[in-house]
Amino acid sequence: MKKTLSILFISFIAFSCSVDPEIKPIITEDEIKEVVPEGWPTPIYNFSSNPLTADGFTLGRFLFYDPILSSDNTISCGSCHQQFAAFANVGHDISHGVNGLLGTRNTPAIQNVNWLPAFMHDGGINHIEVMPLGPITNPVEMNETMTNVVAKLSASGKYKQLFTKAYGDDMVNTQRIFKAIAQFMGTMYSYNSKYDKVKSGDESFTPQEQSGYTLFVQKCSSCHKEPLFSDYDYRNNGLVAYADSGRAHITGNPSDRYKFKTPSLRNIEKTAPYMHDGRFYTLDQCLDHYVSGIVSSPTLDPLLVGGISLSAQDKSDLIAFLKTLTDTKFLTDPRYSEIH
Amino acid sequence: MWYIWVSILFMKKIFLLLIISVSIISCKKDEVIPPKELPMPDVIDTTGFLEIHIANVVNGTPLSLHTSTYVSSANDTFSVDILKYYISNVQLVTASGYTYTEVESYYLVDHSQPNSLHLMIKKVPSNHFSSINFTIGVDSTRNVSGSQTGALDPLNDMFWTWNSGYIMAKMEGHSPQSPEPTKKIVYHIGGFSGKFSGIRNVSLAFPNTADVTKNHIPILNLKADLYQWFVQPNFSNFSTSYFITSIGQESKDMADNYANMFSVVSVVN
Repeated sequence: MKKTLSILFISFIAFSCSVDPEIKPIITEDEIKEVVPEGWPTPIYNFSSNPLTADGFTLGRFLFYDPILSSDNTISCGSCHQQFAAFANVGHDISHGVNGLLGTRNTPAIQNVNWLPAFMHDGGINHIEVMPLGPITNPVEMNETMTNVVAKLSASGKYKQLFTKAYGDDMVNTQRIFKAIAQFMGTMYSYNSKYDKVKSGDESFTPQEQSGYTLFVQKCSSCHKEPLFSDYDYRNNGLVAYADSGRAHITGNPSDRYKFKTPSLRNIEKTAPYMHDGRFYTLDQCLDHYVSGIVSSPTLDPLLVGGISLSAQDKSDLIAFLKTLTDTKFLTDPRYSEIH
Repeated sequence: MWYIWVSILFMKKIFLLLIISVSIISCKKDEVIPPKELPMPDVIDTTGFLEIHIANVVNGTPLSLHTSTYVSSANDTFSVDILKYYISNVQLVTASGYTYTEVESYYLVDHSQPNSLHLMIKKVPSNHFSSINFTIGVDSTRNVSGSQTGALDPLNDMFWTWNSGYIMAKMEGHSPQSPEPTKKIVYHIGGFSGKFSGIRNVSLAFPNTADVTKNHIPILNLKADLYQWFVQPNFSNFSTSYFITSIGQESKDMADNYANMFSVVSVVN
């Protein structure tokens, strides 16, 4: 009898086919809200046509961390977008895709993306909801077709549950996938750095940070505009790598050659390596580039002609200030952490 | 030998148990979904439909993919593997100028999908229509509005992933005149704004009115001639113009050409 029972038990386990363990609610509705920090501009993307819910966010979070979105099920969005690096890729000038293939550009951070007028270093992608199409279908990134993604997710018991919770039924389509990922990425808000607390009057800069901030306002903020620390325009900052024409690849306009989108400096302490091709590993190297490394070319940004003059003291003050943009709450927020 | 029999017997038991447990545990998949209540229309719907039949041809010869060969105006031989294009924002106009504009009016014509050659224009008010307006391509709004479904789903392979926007019209094939090692000819024509836009408006007059009523669906037979893509106003041949997959003067020229590809064959009431 004992044997029979154990056989029954084993067969039960073996055949409990799609009875996936129920996915418990991870967060409550109150924890997922659209945020527009005080003094910030109106975001470009809001959730008016993609109503934000805890279940939608959670589906997006599972998708973001699931390698099922890649052709050989090895690479997820989170493989190259790591939370502790503000969703950039630590230690990689260029990230690896499937089969160890390399792209051509550095993985950008993901934060405050609702304010982005366009995505990618060249601004080629015009909307948060079609943004994942780029990396998912790029042969050197995730190398997958959306047809396969829809088929794989439709066959998964786990995703049947997650889609049903988010949308009321288990139909999988590209729009539902993209809107869920947009809910996850779009609520990655970073606005709790020391800089923000100084601005709200809750903390104050050290004298060195204050001196760095003063320099920043004088010499950097026309492009790295507060409070998002970018103007999201496209500029040639004197790096000039002739293999990558940057913005011109999108517009076809020769006057856009070697221009790339100004990146936000929020969490910059954690997003190394730097620049569109990841060539600099330290903030010192970045500042040295602006002081003495600018390469002249016809499309060089007029503001950078002749470089930016900074003393050694200026540089360390600036770096002290830049570190006040680190938002530890964002980098460790459990709502964004890896999930499977 | 006895132990073999016993073990076989025991195996049988296990098997039976297995089967039983499977049938018990075989998770419930078909949960009963309560039928949704259909909303009653506020007013009695008196609108009808108009059906468009599209015949893709090359210089008068019906298009057949892969195997058939055609001759372009430059005397280049070619075959066609893919022909897809968007028709959107259909308007039907009467002689007196009344215009019906279909909402959510997006159709992807894909020659490999015979069903896609039949467009059913919906909610058309009863009237005698004498012309049609539509767009080849997808309007700029839908190019910048994020993820879409139906004809506009990126699954249809008509959306650029690296430079967001729809491919308005796509043709791929082969020509011995192509300098490509594989002899391919590829045209992905996009662009939704600016001077190189691939969107083109088409207006066509009917030889007789299309009489739409609630109970009668007239058929508009259209011809779409691929030959036109390479003739007017911008003559091209496959040895120089064989690979257009980005937005620029070449794609604009081709859009100017495909703007002329449609003609009305007949209106059948």
